[in-house]
Amino acid sequence: MAAETARSTDNLPQQILDFLGSSNEFNSIQLAQQWNIDHQKLIGAIKSLQTNEGVLATKDVTEKRLELTSEGVQFANEGSPEFLVFEFIGVDGATQADIQKKPFGKIGMSKAMQFKWVSVDKGRVVRQTADVVDSTRKQLESLRIGSDDVSENEKKELKKRKLISEVNIKGLLVSKGDSFTTSIAKPEADLTPEMIASGSWKDKQFKKYNFESLGVVPSSGHLHPLMKVRSEFRQIFFSMGFSEMATNRYVESSFWNFDALFQPQQHPARDAHDTFFVSDPAISTKFPEDYLERVKTVHSKGGYGSAGYNYDWKLEEAQKNVLRTHTTAVSARQLYQLAQEGFRPSKLFSIDRVFRNETLDATHLAEFHQVEGVIAEKNLSLAHLIGIFTEFFKKLGITNLRFKPTYNPYTEPSMEIFAYHQGLAKWVEIGNSGMFRPEMLLPMGLPADVNVAGYGLSLERPTMIKYGINNIRDLFGSKIDLEVVYNTPICRLDK
Amino acid sequence: MPTVGIKKVILDKHFERVYTEKEFDELCFEYGLELDEITSEKAAVEKERGTDAVNADLNDQEVYKIDIPANRYDLLSVEGLARAIRIFKQEIPSPHYKFAAAPKSGLQQIIVKKETAQIRPFVVGAVLRDVTFDADSYASFIDLQDKLHQNICRKRTLVAIGTHDLDTIQGPFEYRAEAPKDIKFKPLNQTKEYTAEELMTLYSTDSHLKAYLPIIQSSPVYPVIYDKNGVVCSMPPIINGEHSKISLKTKNVFIEATATDKQKAFVVLDTIVTLFSQYCKNPFTVEQVEVVYEETGAKELYPLLSYREMTVTTPEINTKIGISLKDEEMATLLNKMSLKAEVSAPGTLKIVVPPTRHDILHACDIAEDVGVAYGYNNLVTRLPESNTVAVAFPINKLCDNLRIEIAAAGWTEALNFALCSRDDISAKLRQPDALAQAVHIGNPKTLEFQVARTSLLPGLLKTLASNRDMPLPLKLFELQDVIVKDASMDVGARNERRLAAVYYNKAAGFEIIQGFLDRMMRMLNVNPAKDGTGYYIEADENPTYFPGRCAKIIGPKGVLLGHIGALHPEVITSFGHTLPCGAVEFNVEPFL
Repeated sequence: MAAETARSTDNLPQQILDFLGSSNEFNSIQLAQQWNIDHQKLIGAIKSLQTNEGVLATKDVTEKRLELTSEGVQFANEGSPEFLVFEFIGVDGATQADIQKKPFGKIGMSKAMQFKWVSVDKGRVVRQTADVVDSTRKQLESLRIGSDDVSENEKKELKKRKLISEVNIKGLLVSKGDSFTTSIAKPEADLTPEMIASGSWKDKQFKKYNFESLGVVPSSGHLHPLMKVRSEFRQIFFSMGFSEMATNRYVESSFWNFDALFQPQQHPARDAHDTFFVSDPAISTKFPEDYLERVKTVHSKGGYGSAGYNYDWKLEEAQKNVLRTHTTAVSARQLYQLAQEGFRPSKLFSIDRVFRNETLDATHLAEFHQVEGVIAEKNLSLAHLIGIFTEFFKKLGITNLRFKPTYNPYTEPSMEIFAYHQGLAKWVEIGNSGMFRPEMLLPMGLPADVNVAGYGLSLERPTMIKYGINNIRDLFGSKIDLEVVYNTPICRLDK
Repeated sequence: MPTVGIKKVILDKHFERVYTEKEFDELCFEYGLELDEITSEKAAVEKERGTDAVNADLNDQEVYKIDIPANRYDLLSVEGLARAIRIFKQEIPSPHYKFAAAPKSGLQQIIVKKETAQIRPFVVGAVLRDVTFDADSYASFIDLQDKLHQNICRKRTLVAIGTHDLDTIQGPFEYRAEAPKDIKFKPLNQTKEYTAEELMTLYSTDSHLKAYLPIIQSSPVYPVIYDKNGVVCSMPPIINGEHSKISLKTKNVFIEATATDKQKAFVVLDTIVTLFSQYCKNPFTVEQVEVVYEETGAKELYPLLSYREMTVTTPEINTKIGISLKDEEMATLLNKMSLKAEVSAPGTLKIVVPPTRHDILHACDIAEDVGVAYGYNNLVTRLPESNTVAVAFPINKLCDNLRIEIAAAGWTEALNFALCSRDDISAKLRQPDALAQAVHIGNPKTLEFQVARTSLLPGLLKTLASNRDMPLPLKLFELQDVIVKDASMDVGARNERRLAAVYYNKAAGFEIIQGFLDRMMRMLNVNPAKDGTGYYIEADENPTYFPGRCAKIIGPKGVLLGHIGALHPEVITSFGHTLPCGAVEFNVEPFL
C-alpha cells in the first residue's frame, strides 16, 4: 500500500464516509498510513460519526507495528554511526583519538570494524574498501514509512541494536452500519416541540447522550439530618401506640424537674455544675398545693411504704426555675395529670431538647435531644419493659440486647440497655430505663397497682453513628456545614 | 457515679480467688457494677501528667477501676465490695454486725455544746477496738473516707469524718463552736501550731483543702472537737489534728462525724464501721459512743447499726419483675443480696435490712434486688397488655408537615441552640428591649449560654456565617421554639413555635422572601385578605429591619404574627456578613 502525500484533514468524517461507500471496510491503522495522516485524528473522526446511530459498525483491532526508537529516528535522519565513521576518516584515515572525540565515534568504530569497512594500522584507522552502502539507514527509512522490504534477519539485527521496537497499535475495523449513508445531516442536540409537531424527528439524527457524566443538581431545600432521624423515631413510637407529649416548655421548676421525681434536694444533679438555673424568672410559685405537700412529706418523712430521705425539704429549693435537665419533667406533669383525670393505660413519648451545664467537647453539648418513652399500665413488669425494648430497638436495626442493673435516682428497678457493637467488638450502652419509684407515683394519686416505666436515649448519638459524624458540633448548632445538610441520605434506621 | 480503683492483687486477696478480666467483667455486669477500665498507678499518672511525670517509684500493678452505683456506699471499698459479691455468689454468709460490750471505764462520750447549732449541729461517733491494719487496709480505710466525703457527704458539706488514734487522746470529748482566733492547734502533717484564722490563709492555696474552706469560712464560729485535756482532735470539715492521727500501728480507732444532715451522718458512720470492723480482733463488733447534747441533756448512742425490718409480698414483687417465684425461692435470692429474708406467712416475706444497705427505702428496692439476683437477662419478655392509640402532639404534627413543604419550596433547614448570648438577641439585632423579654441563665459557663433565644434570626445568621463559601443564594429556615417571659405561666415563661427564614444573596430579594411567606400561608390554607379571614402585610418599623423595608404580618382575626423585610445593614454586619438579606419570622401557633 503506497502512501499518498499527506491528505487534508478537512471534513474528515465525510471523506471517511465516501471512502467507505466505495470500499465497504477499512482498517483505521492502514488507512491512516495510506492517507498519511495522524491515526488519532482519524479515530476522532470515526468517533464523531459514531454519535449517529447505526451509520458505522466498528470492531476493535490491534496491530503489531515496528516503530523506530529515538536512536533509530536519529540514525535514519543522520546516517548510521558506522557510516559516519567511514565518511569521517576519508581516504587518508584518521587517528583513533580523533574518532573517539566524535559523538558517533565509539559505536561507529566498533560496527565499522565488524563490517570490515575499516582497519587499524599503526594507530591510524584507514578504509578497507573504497565505497560502502549505509544499509542500516536504508532499512530504518523503509521501516519508518511502513514499507515491507526489510528482511526478518535485518529486523532482528535492528531490534538487537535497539533501533526499532515492536508496539501494539489499537485501531478500529470500520464497516458500513445498518443505516449507513454517505450524506448524514448535522445531528440534532435534542428533540424540539416543532419536531414533535411536524413529525420531522423521524428523519433526524440525534446527538448521543453522554451517560458517563452526572446530571444537574436540582435546586431544592433540605431537611436537617437530626430532624430526619427525629421523624423516623416519631414514626417508630406511633407504630407502637405511643402518644406524643407536650414538651414545648424548656423552663421548668425544680419541683417538676427534680422533687416530683423523688430526687432529693442535695442530689448532685441539682448542683450549679450540672444544671442551668434561671435567674429571671427565677422562681415558680404556682404548684398544686396538696400534691406539693405530699411530695414534701415523702422526701422529708417518707410514706407510701417508703422510709423517705429524712431531711429538711425546702420549698425555696423546689421553686427554683431551671432549664429542664430531662424531658422526664414533662412526663411527671403528664402522669400527674393522668392521675387527676382518672387512670387509663398509657404509652407516651417525647423527643425534645434538654439542657445540661456541661463542659463542651466532641460528644457533649449544653443542649441535646432526649428520646423518652413512658408506659403506664396496671401490673406492668420488667419483663414487659424488656419486651418493649426488644421491639423498639428491632425497629432501629438493633437485635442483640442485654440489660445491666443500675441506679437512677427516680427509678427502681433500673436497667441500662446494652447492644453488641460489631465494629467495636464489645457491648455498648444505648439507653437507660427503669420503673418509676412509688415515692414518685403514689403522691400523684396514681393507683397502687399501676406501674410506670420510662426509658430514654439521646437523639444525637444514633444520628452521629448513622451518618458517620464524629463531632456533635458538626451536627447541631450554627457550625454545621450546609453541604452535609444538602447531602445526608434519607433516614431508615433499620437499614 | 463514683469509681473505685482497686489493685488486682488486693481484689484477688479479698475474693480469695483469682478472676480473669472477662470473668470479673461479667460478674460486675450481673451485679450492676461496671468494670470501667484496667490501669495501673503508673499508667494513671502517665495519662494525667504525661510520660515525664512517671518515675520508678510508681507501681505498674494492674488496678481495676469499677463504677459503683451512686447509692451503694457500702461498695466504696474493697472490703465492702468483696463481701457483697461473695455473699451474692453464696461463698460466705452475711455477717451480723454487733455492738461490743462497753469497757469497764464506760463508753466514750461526746458532749455537744449549744453553739454548734449555728454552724454544724450534729455529731456521731464510734470506736473500733483492737484493729490490725496493714499497709493495704490502712490505705483502703483512708480512701473510703475520701470516697464518702466526695459522694454521700457532698464534698464534706453534709458530713465530715474524722478518725483518730484513741490511745493518744482521752474522752470525754467536747464538740464546740468557737471563734477562729480562739482555736489553735497543730493540724495534720504540719510541724507547728496555727490558729484557725491562720489555717484559712494557709489552706487557701492548698489544692486539696481549699475547696472545703467556704463551708465554714464566713461563720463567726468554727466547729472543733477537743479531748478531755484540751487536745484538738479535729476542726471539721477542714482538717484533723496531728496529735491524734492514726497510723499503721493504731489499735483503737475513734471515729467522729459532724454533720448538717443527721440521716447522712448515720449512714456514713454505719458504712465505715460495718466495712472496717472486719479488722477488729472480734470481727464485726463496734463499740458505741454516747453523744450528750449539753443544752437539752438528750443522750444518743452511735452508731445505730440499724437492722430495719420490712414486710413485702411475693405476688407484688413477682408482678413487678415479671416472674412467678415461690416464697422460699425469693427469700433465697434476697439472701444473695445481703438481705435476710424469711417467709412469715404464705406470700409474705419478712426482710431484715442490714446497716450496709441504707439504699433500701421501699419495697421497690427489694423488688429490684430480686430482679438482680434472678438475672434481668433471664426474664421471659412480654409486651404490655393494653392497647393504646397513638396521638401526635398537634403543634409538632403541624410543624412536621410544614417543614416538608418548606424544603420543597427550596429552603434548607437549620437547627440552632435555644441558648445564646445577650448580644445575639439584643445589640446585634438592634433590639435593646429584647433582654427584658428574655429568660436569663444565672450560671452560664460561657457567653454562649446567657439567655434563651427570643428570636430564631441570630441562629440563622450565624449558620450563614459558618457557610460563607457556599454558592449563592443561600436560603435557610428554622421551625423551632423561642422562649419568652409570660407571667401567666406557672414557671413565668413559655415556649413559642416560630418559623423564620432568610434569603441571602447579592440583592435583598424582598419579593422572594415575600413569596416564601405567601407560599407558607397557602400551605396553611390562609389566603390574602384584610377582613380578618386571611393574612396581609403592612408597612411597619422594626429596628432589626432596614427603614422602609419592613412590614408586619397580620394573620386571621387581626393577630400580629411577626415581621418580614430586608435586614438592617447593621444587623448584617454585626453577624459578619457583607450582602443584603431578606428575612421573615412569625409565630405559627395561631394556625393550630
